[in-house]
Amino acid sequence: MRALRILVPAALASGLLLSGCAGDPTTTDASDAPESDGEVTLYAGRDEALIAPLIARFTDETGIAVDVRYAGTSELTALVLEEGERSPADVFLSQDAGALGALADAGLTTPIPAELAETIPDGFTSQDDSWIGVTGRARVIAYDGDVLDAAQVPTSVLELVEPEWAGRVGFPPGNASFQSFVTALRVLEGEQPAEDWAAGMAANDPVLTESNGATLDLVNAGELDLALINHYYWYQRAAELGEDAMRAQLAFLPGDPGGIVNVTGAAILTAGVDDPDALALVEYLVSPAAQQYFVEETFEYPLLPGVDAPAGLPALETLVNPGLDLSDLDSVAETQEMLVRVGLL
Amino acid sequence: MRSSRRPPRALWVAGLVACALASIPLVYLVARVAGAGAEQIAVALSRPRVPELIGTSLLLSASVTVATVAIGVPSAFLLARAALPARGLWAALAALPLAVPSYLAAYGWLAAVPGMQGFWAAWFVLTSVCLPYVTLPTAAALRLSTTGFDDLARTLGRGPVSAFFSGTWPQIAPAVSAGALLAFLYTLSDFGGVALFRLPVLTTAVHQAFGASFDRDYALILSGVLVLIALAVVLAEQLLRRRSPARAPHGPRAAPLRLGAALPAALVLLAVPSLLSAVVPTAILVGRALDAAALRSFDASEFAEALAGTLAFAAAGAVIAIVLALPIGALAARYRGRRVRIVETAAVIPLGLPGIVIGLSLVAFSLTVVPWWYQTALVLAFAYGVMFLPKAVGGVRSSIGLVPPALEDVSRTLGRTGLQTWWQVTARLARPGILAAALLVAVTAMKELPATLLLRPTGTDTLATELWSRTDVAAYGAAAPYALALLVVATIPAFLLSRHRDPEDV
Repeated sequence: MRALRILVPAALASGLLLSGCAGDPTTTDASDAPESDGEVTLYAGRDEALIAPLIARFTDETGIAVDVRYAGTSELTALVLEEGERSPADVFLSQDAGALGALADAGLTTPIPAELAETIPDGFTSQDDSWIGVTGRARVIAYDGDVLDAAQVPTSVLELVEPEWAGRVGFPPGNASFQSFVTALRVLEGEQPAEDWAAGMAANDPVLTESNGATLDLVNAGELDLALINHYYWYQRAAELGEDAMRAQLAFLPGDPGGIVNVTGAAILTAGVDDPDALALVEYLVSPAAQQYFVEETFEYPLLPGVDAPAGLPALETLVNPGLDLSDLDSVAETQEMLVRVGLL
Repeated sequence: MRSSRRPPRALWVAGLVACALASIPLVYLVARVAGAGAEQIAVALSRPRVPELIGTSLLLSASVTVATVAIGVPSAFLLARAALPARGLWAALAALPLAVPSYLAAYGWLAAVPGMQGFWAAWFVLTSVCLPYVTLPTAAALRLSTTGFDDLARTLGRGPVSAFFSGTWPQIAPAVSAGALLAFLYTLSDFGGVALFRLPVLTTAVHQAFGASFDRDYALILSGVLVLIALAVVLAEQLLRRRSPARAPHGPRAAPLRLGAALPAALVLLAVPSLLSAVVPTAILVGRALDAAALRSFDASEFAEALAGTLAFAAAGAVIAIVLALPIGALAARYRGRRVRIVETAAVIPLGLPGIVIGLSLVAFSLTVVPWWYQTALVLAFAYGVMFLPKAVGGVRSSIGLVPPALEDVSRTLGRTGLQTWWQVTARLARPGILAAALLVAVTAMKELPATLLLRPTGTDTLATELWSRTDVAAYGAAAPYALALLVVATIPAFLLSRHRDPEDV
């Protein structure tokens, strides 16, 4: 919390300075100065069971009460877009970068202070500081360990259009992480090769699902040989069912577009502008304590340098695709049009 | 019992106000779709998958409707006319699926049979949860119907089935078609059941467009298609119902049918849908809950809060639905004419709208018109009131329809004012039916999810939202206590409904 003690007065001072410089008597009103009211409203597009304990720790440490609204990232994004600038939410915690991009595009986010934004390495956070990366999640292939050896699993998703995999691959085409990966494919391989791949997948009798978790369940049940999902779903299932019960196994795809690392992130929304409590909450999410919490409880990659990844996972650096910047993934709309064209959406 | 007299002005005004409030989601949808522009509408509708989505939605809704009628009418016949041991038990079992949200039934089945998917899986689960919509009102209509015409037909040499269709069927047809309409619209607007079985239909495409792509225009245009389908089906049902003759007066009843050797088969028919929709999925989830790791995550105070929230929101929603339904139901029961039909139609449309659209429309409406109410319990209760108004209207209409207008005339001639007559005569006589309608709204509201997620006060939970937050990460075991509680809480009104005897109220 040391950073907060520095940042808050700094923000206060700069706010006062700016409003003073503007010379507008109405804006020098004392009520305009950022003031902590000890309360912040968070829209959390992540699972309550995973986030609530972290929020409780934050409140214990800072005394700031957090009013949390839990729902899916997609429902909450639709909600904030509908609420617009009247949204009561100060902070938005998102399951993926795409939702944050949509909120930023709609002009509903306020910039993260540069000192804070710089704590997360480039490539895992927004370039314009409209939001900040919190955790990393790798795309993987989950495979049926009873049917396939690790050596038989493709090392690139590009192989999945081969006849050998017809009817054996499942993925959720409407899922944001899947669409981010296809966007990465467009960026890395070019528009036409990406569309050829998507058309090839559509023609290869894929099993289309609604969610990553459901896709993994199919592999675990022996209904499906390969699933394109995010890595932590496997760890969540293993935590519930026990690792011995996991028929599905994971294959990481270093260097492949199908193995990119996407992020969860947080943004300060319109209502949270100049609210030190909102800033404190975002700051906490990327603090060492919270990053360690994510490592232990959700099996995601920490983004703050110096915090170790969950045991047994390949190093984050080995998965980073050098040709890709996460901000290149903002063309999701074109990806969706492409998926519509090939008949997957 | 309808009359061609002109309705009193106050009733008209109240009916129109209720209708206007119920039309908020529709107005929002029309305004937003119109705002998207003709070109974008054309582009959206020309997507290659759109015809397929419409086709699957129609086919699923139609086949669920056919199945609920094919199973529901014989079940209702057994409940109303056959001599059954422990009759109350079977009636309660027939109502039990009302307490089961489609996503819960689908979820329980998937936990046991992960390979279940596609059209027939969705058809199976939706048919089993929609059955009471047909069985309950049909059984109630059968209890009130007479068998005199059947007997006459038998004496003229017809077989028992043929006699049933010429004698009893015309008397129960309005109840059957009203129930079939509810089953059709429920399936059309259902999301959870179809999504879990990975069947792409209009509602899943709406959710996908809202969710993954934040493409709200496309989502709303598809919702517009859903409303047009719902509108066409509602109008068709109204035509069907108008062709049916008025209910026959009380008359001779045949003695309860002795089933003899067919009794076991009959009991199986009555028990199987409830077993499939409620008992099996719940048993599977409870089995998972006994897992030690899952029980560790159970938090009693969180559970108690969710339970209290569920009951309070559902009760408030039921009150609002009934208040809105009273003038509309009274108009529909007592008066004829095009304007009455329009009011009645407007009140049924919300049933064809996906919950997420109703949720978003009320977000926009409450932020614009009553911002200080936004994210309060009142807005959520109002959403329930609007969403389930059609069910309330059906119950109010049929129970007021059973009050003979002559009684009201007598009351007026004895010096009571119109309002006094309404309160002291009509409302009192119709009360059991109206209470049953309120129960039905409450039980439906308890399991509602998409609008609840959007509109509930921040920081509050219901059993359904808690269940959702646990099923989302596929924590089957942790979800089980909430699933079980939802089932138990919703079973009580469902049980009370099974004892109720008025037709067309479900």
